[in-house]
Amino acid sequence: MIEIVLVLALPLFGAAVLALIGHRAYAPAVNVAVSLGTFLAACALTLGVIEGGPLLVLGRQFLIDPFNVFLVVLTAFVGFTTAVFSRPYMRIEEQHGRLTAARLRLFHSMFQLFSFTMLLALTTNNVGILWVAMEAATLTTVLLVSLYRTPASLEAAWKYFILCGVGIAQALFGTILLYFAAEKLLGAGGGALLWTELNAVRADLEPTVLSLAFVFLLVGYGTKVGLVPLHNWLPDAHAEGPTPISAVLSGLLLNVALYAVVRCKVLVDGALPGAFAKNLMIAFGLLSVVVAAFLLSRQKDVKRLFAYSSIEHMGIITFAFGMGGPIANFAGLLHMTVHSLTKSAIFFAVGHAAQKTGTQLMDDIRGLITTSPVVGWGLALGTLAILGMPPFGVFASEFLILTTAMREQPWATPFLLTALGVAFAAVFSKVQPMVFGDTTAARLPVRPAMMPVFVHLSLVLMLGLWIPPFLADWYRVAARLIG
Amino acid sequence: MASLPFGFQLINLFAAVLLLLAFAMLAQRRVVTLIDLFAAQGFTLACSTAVVAYTTSQPHLYESTALTLLLKVFLLPWLLHRLVRRLDVRWEFEGLINIPTTMLIGIVLVVFSFNLALPISQLASTVTRSTLGIAMASVMLSFLMMITRSKALPQVIGFLSMENGLFFAATSATYGMPMVVELGIALDVLVGMLILGVFFFQIREQFDSLDLKHFEKLKDTGHE
Repeated sequence: MIEIVLVLALPLFGAAVLALIGHRAYAPAVNVAVSLGTFLAACALTLGVIEGGPLLVLGRQFLIDPFNVFLVVLTAFVGFTTAVFSRPYMRIEEQHGRLTAARLRLFHSMFQLFSFTMLLALTTNNVGILWVAMEAATLTTVLLVSLYRTPASLEAAWKYFILCGVGIAQALFGTILLYFAAEKLLGAGGGALLWTELNAVRADLEPTVLSLAFVFLLVGYGTKVGLVPLHNWLPDAHAEGPTPISAVLSGLLLNVALYAVVRCKVLVDGALPGAFAKNLMIAFGLLSVVVAAFLLSRQKDVKRLFAYSSIEHMGIITFAFGMGGPIANFAGLLHMTVHSLTKSAIFFAVGHAAQKTGTQLMDDIRGLITTSPVVGWGLALGTLAILGMPPFGVFASEFLILTTAMREQPWATPFLLTALGVAFAAVFSKVQPMVFGDTTAARLPVRPAMMPVFVHLSLVLMLGLWIPPFLADWYRVAARLIG
Repeated sequence: MASLPFGFQLINLFAAVLLLLAFAMLAQRRVVTLIDLFAAQGFTLACSTAVVAYTTSQPHLYESTALTLLLKVFLLPWLLHRLVRRLDVRWEFEGLINIPTTMLIGIVLVVFSFNLALPISQLASTVTRSTLGIAMASVMLSFLMMITRSKALPQVIGFLSMENGLFFAATSATYGMPMVVELGIALDVLVGMLILGVFFFQIREQFDSLDLKHFEKLKDTGHE
């Protein structure tokens, strides 16, 4: 109970403090400290859930169950490592003259506020508040995407704001329809939007309204997940924003948006006899995987490359949840975890590489292994992990998804396999020369702070070899819940 | 058909005014007038919410009436007018599609929305269910306005008026959302507006204009 208050209050408090003190020499340290505090509170919350089971607290407004508890910890953890990474990274950006003190203040304050909105979206039991938090997550990151104030970054931020704003307005309409269906059974008032209440009566919800609601919700939140054809904002926002923001957008925001979709899917599955929600998610997921995989080879900017790879992976996860069943859902949840860890690690490495070479164009980044071995190895290993090489965790989850697809949706398997193959060829052939190519650049004097990258990658490696029993339990329970 | 009580007739009248205003916004080229139309739309919305609150005795709807009045009739139009003055953009010229064509597309959208709303409004038990089609139509028309305008400010006004349409949909289908959600939505809209204000100045500083035609550089192959 107190932990959940802390998890939410700390980032909110941190945002206020960082906005008030302005950019001081110790502001990045405060940022790290607040994120660490949030992470510790999330760990305490986890321990509480391991011992005492799911929580439904504060007038049933907050819910912690196996489906969101690991996402809360993951969000707090990646938020913390990103804060650690951004400390040296943003200092160098400041030295290069790309950022001023006022913008760093904005960055730190908004970063904490962004963590708050995501944690609120994950922990709330109210579907309406979930919407409010998702919209707030967009708003807090708009000014961060345009932090460099270059024409390209302003364009990216505008696109991000308008597309996600329109998308999220669709989700609001979906939420209204959901409330409309629920109000008849649960009566007007706050109770009719509580997810636990809705879930209890889901079999009696009006099917026509729910199917229409799900279309709006999927399109709305799907825009934020970056599902094709609603993905246009995603590569721009990732490429033009500062690297710590690319890392949290890819690693966290997409996950949270997908979480919102899946929460809604559970309700719709209960109300509709057929496989309506399933089929929609399978279609959107598969389309995203295939389109993103083929667009990968056209990319020249390294951050855009990995942004498209995020779309591809979100497609895989959506596809997995679309198939449903204990194994596919388990794999989907595992994939959410490992993708988040791996992709943020890659963005950290890419950020350092781009900072050192002064460009994000892949043709101009060469021979990282000689100029900066740690960054080179980080990028190479991260890329291998994200491409699904064993023994990393991504291999395990993709393998499970593929085998389930062969059994349940055999027609989709060739598309998936082709897309994965194409993605492998495109990404590997682009990253290989960046890491091992010839270079005339001198060895760099400063040692980059690569701790977060290797911590993330070791976690992904661990999840590929051994999943802690309590985590596997949560995955299993959550997989049953999702259906 | 038996004649409706006076209150419901009034609600239907307000709904019709909302639809008219949505079309007027679609046809309007001057930014200042567009903001006034947006304020009028907010005012109509507040009036109709108040009438719904009175005729159905839903006290919480009075609160949302007050919220609408404060936010959409006074605060947001005031902020927008201030922006226009400070940015000195009085006129808007051609949209991407000419106005008669836009209006025709608008009519098609209204027909489409009424068809889409039909199954839901049959299920609704509220007295206002017949206005659900209009609510959806105004959402669609605002959406169309966002697509057909190439300048930043009209796009934002389209966005805000889409939110008005959604709010109207919530009132007519379910007598409004729970208060905590409504407050959250209002907060998001307000914060969004403030952020956009900052954002406009950034865009202007970079491009010397608020015309989004300058925004054509980000393509899939990068922008070297």
